[in-house]
Amino acid sequence: MLLLTCPNCGVTAEESEFHQGGEAHLRRAGPGSPDDAFEGYLFTRRNPHGVHFERWRHVFGCGKWFHAARCTATLEVFGTYPAQTTEPPADIVAAIRAKRPDWEGFR
Amino acid sequence: MSEAVTALNGARYEGIATIAEAPLGGMVTLRGDLSGADLGAAVQEAAGVAVPGRRGVVAEGPRTALWMAPDELLLLMPYAEAPETAAGINAALAGRFALAVDVSDARARFHVSGPRAREVLAKLSPVDFAAGVFAPGEVRRTRAAQAAAAVWMSGEEEFSLICFRSVARYVFDLLSMAAAPGGEVGAFD
Ligand SMILES: [Zn+2]
Repeated sequence: MLLLTCPNCGVTAEESEFHQGGEAHLRRAGPGSPDDAFEGYLFTRRNPHGVHFERWRHVFGCGKWFHAARCTATLEVFGTYPAQTTEPPADIVAAIRAKRPDWEGFR
Repeated sequence: MSEAVTALNGARYEGIATIAEAPLGGMVTLRGDLSGADLGAAVQEAAGVAVPGRRGVVAEGPRTALWMAPDELLLLMPYAEAPETAAGINAALAGRFALAVDVSDARARFHVSGPRAREVLAKLSPVDFAAGVFAPGEVRRTRAAQAAAAVWMSGEEEFSLICFRSVARYVFDLLSMAAAPGGEVGAFD
């Protein structure tokens, strides 16, 4: 069971109040991009054993999307942050580094 | 005009808490930039309440404003006033990226009251309803079992719960079952 804090409304709740929305920070391959880039955008997802970034929606709460950094092996949540970001913010990266010194970094 | 009725015709259940469907009430949902001064003025003028802060509730007699999301309010008022309230806000915010809609008939509202009210609600939602944690002035959107709901304290020992009208019977039955005699947990005693 995950405990997540929605940065939009400030509520901390267990995961049944939220809905998971897949990998965060995908970079869209749009019109004119090579087929393999488009295929990768559509289908290729990271599946790490460890630090992972995900989209979540506060579906039974304020209805808004946000991002979460967590560990897929231990279910530890390092932090949540606004969805309007293209990469994890510095405080989230610092929180991960503090607990996972060997983490290879974002991407 | 057709006669407006509530979803369950004032259904009521007495157990370790009292579950009562509220009479017809007006509800207006407003989406827009809640921090805008023009929106605050429009709400004050048309709905008679101030814009609450994050997760806040502002009540002025029969009028209440509930903070639902960073860009959403739910305004409560007497049933007959809802259309003019929505129209008044829309007129005041004409040309702005905002919209008020009368949703009075799209929702159901229940009162859960009595000394065991907190316990009954706590059975249904992943929310800490302990007295020192959940207090008047806060609205919590959550789930009541499988249905979306918003809960706030509308009295000393009275909670209000709003859900979609289509799940009114489900939510009333849930609340009633949670309030059945013999179902005391004593979690907050
Ligand atoms: Zn939220």
